[in-house]
Amino acid sequence: MAQASTEKVIYNRAGQRVVSPDYLLFEAPRTKHFMTGSEAVKEAVKRSSVDASVSYPITPQSEAAHLIGELWVEGYVGVYFRGESEFGVMSELAGCAMAGARSITTTSGPGTLRAMENFPMWAGTRIPVQLVLMARGINSPLSIQPDNLEVSFLLDTGCMIWYAENAQDLFDMIIAGFVVAEKPEVHVPIITAVDGFFVSHTREAIMLPPDDIALPPYDPYKSPMPVIDAEIPPGRFLRDPFVMKSNYISYATHASWQFEVRSAIERSRPYAKHYLRGLIEEFGDPEAEIVFVACGTAAAQSKEAVRLLEDEGIKARVVKLKTIRPFPIEELINATKNAKTIFVPEFNVVGWLEREVRRYLYKRSDADIIGAPRVAGGMTMPPEVIVKEVLKILGKEVKHVI
Amino acid sequence: MSYKIYQVNEALREFVPREIIDLEERATWGNPKRGVMDLPYAKELIEEHSLCAGCPESMAFRYILASLPAPEDTIIVNSTGCTSLVFPHIALHTVHSLFGNQNAVASGIKRVLEWRFPDKVKDVIVLAGDGAIIDIGLDCTLQSFFRQEKITTICFDNEVYANTGGQESGSTVKGHVFKMAPKGKQFEKVPMWQLAIDSGCHYVARLTVSSPKRVEQVVKKAIYVAREVGPTYIHLYTPCILEIGLNSDDGLEESRARDKERFAFFEYATPEAQEVINRKKEEGLL
Repeated sequence: MAQASTEKVIYNRAGQRVVSPDYLLFEAPRTKHFMTGSEAVKEAVKRSSVDASVSYPITPQSEAAHLIGELWVEGYVGVYFRGESEFGVMSELAGCAMAGARSITTTSGPGTLRAMENFPMWAGTRIPVQLVLMARGINSPLSIQPDNLEVSFLLDTGCMIWYAENAQDLFDMIIAGFVVAEKPEVHVPIITAVDGFFVSHTREAIMLPPDDIALPPYDPYKSPMPVIDAEIPPGRFLRDPFVMKSNYISYATHASWQFEVRSAIERSRPYAKHYLRGLIEEFGDPEAEIVFVACGTAAAQSKEAVRLLEDEGIKARVVKLKTIRPFPIEELINATKNAKTIFVPEFNVVGWLEREVRRYLYKRSDADIIGAPRVAGGMTMPPEVIVKEVLKILGKEVKHVI
Repeated sequence: MSYKIYQVNEALREFVPREIIDLEERATWGNPKRGVMDLPYAKELIEEHSLCAGCPESMAFRYILASLPAPEDTIIVNSTGCTSLVFPHIALHTVHSLFGNQNAVASGIKRVLEWRFPDKVKDVIVLAGDGAIIDIGLDCTLQSFFRQEKITTICFDNEVYANTGGQESGSTVKGHVFKMAPKGKQFEKVPMWQLAIDSGCHYVARLTVSSPKRVEQVVKKAIYVAREVGPTYIHLYTPCILEIGLNSDDGLEESRARDKERFAFFEYATPEAQEVINRKKEEGLL
């Protein structure tokens, strides 16, 4: 139950009944809706007691940002405006979070790189802001098509990164993202990534809890860093500040601060595990020796490929990674115990997920790791392409016509 | 008023450094009439600044902090450069985020504080150098003016990138030789005060720090106007005496010399701003 009958019912500023994260995510009755990923963002923000959002146009995330603006007009979001560029937006959002607001924004592809300097700053400032990244790839040459190359650049920013497969995942991850990121012992930014167009612009069935309930509001005074609101003592007024000094205490402070940000991401594991119902999702025959390790749309397509391979008499399975930072190391090792061949299908040219998988399975798996298939620049990944890759490796005849 | 946050916990009092106890007992809180005349008597909000001996920027810091009408409810956003070295010495809520994004961060803070505390006045002030405000951060600076953010931006113009070793900035005077301009600067000093007017600031002032009382008046006007009307901008000459080859006791004379030329006192106010200024004068606050 959300509240015991003796407890006082609490409402947020928008007049929604405040319920526990567990109730909102797991217990509240859900009804079926048909909507795009962008609309799912709106529905998640609507139920998250969001205080502030700053927006900037870039395809394919613009619609999600418009819809958050509508929520502001309707009173569900406290502060909303359009910034001057993604660099400005991410800084404005940082200001919002420093001043004690639960803050969210959205971006895509080149916008991500325009904003890049801000992401390690977010992490170093220990603000639990949320970025919904609708991946589109980066320039040059100019492209606005689906591709997730930009995620590669975000891996070491000190932000948590979760990857949604579809609109349902995205809805649940946005809500859970705030809950996990705001835990005092975590309190780092969260990037909820999703493949642009494939999810943002595609309608699908999604189960939603009622919209008259919402997450408990953010309590900025539980932050491990002082809120910049002049209501509590300031964080630094020191006789000899350690920052910017050329001595070993200064160096050690800077280094330990960065280690601490990474440790905070590690401390998010049990919470992410609970609210995401595990850091990975497994699909297909548990005994299969062919395993697809994938995230996002590539995981969805791999599931289809597993069905096609079944028709060929080939057993395969999918290990879908829900979190990239923290990386589900133990889960992946366990899930690939019986694997002989691991395929990592990806929507980018560099194969950043393959690199991650190789890194964490090094000396922990005897399987061959194959970074294929790989599509980019807007290409789709039909399951037949994945099947073809498997048949090729197995030395079987490729019958499917692509 | 939230100056109670500066009260020292009784159980810890004997372990707390003297300057922290002084902040509680001898700093001026909750008094909008505070000003530079308090400097010899009150505890200052800046402790042992880390700038070079005789740096006019340290004078600017001291006068500005002494003039804030409500330091207990003031948030200062700074940027990278000489100024960023000073902020850990300041007893207020301060932010260093990135080089050049100061007006963007300040915009977010101001808007959220207005929303979280609709019945309180929280002043948000940007203090940054000419490189941060006019070069790398010009976009964020001007855009915050266009958006009519209710913040006060104060530029410490030393006409050079001093902290990185003396490179030309947009604020350098044409012809001046600095690093990265080995043949002398090729274009005119950027008239930032004029850009501020054209971009929607309601109160703009350009001056040196040779007169503490004038700095106090300008700071108070800019903050009062920003509270009620919109963005305000102060352009202060804070020469880098090292980079222009002066001695540590030459800062004041250098400022006085520029009072007569490119930093001659200049003030601009829109009618809405003038109305606020007149009212504050009647209330005895200016």
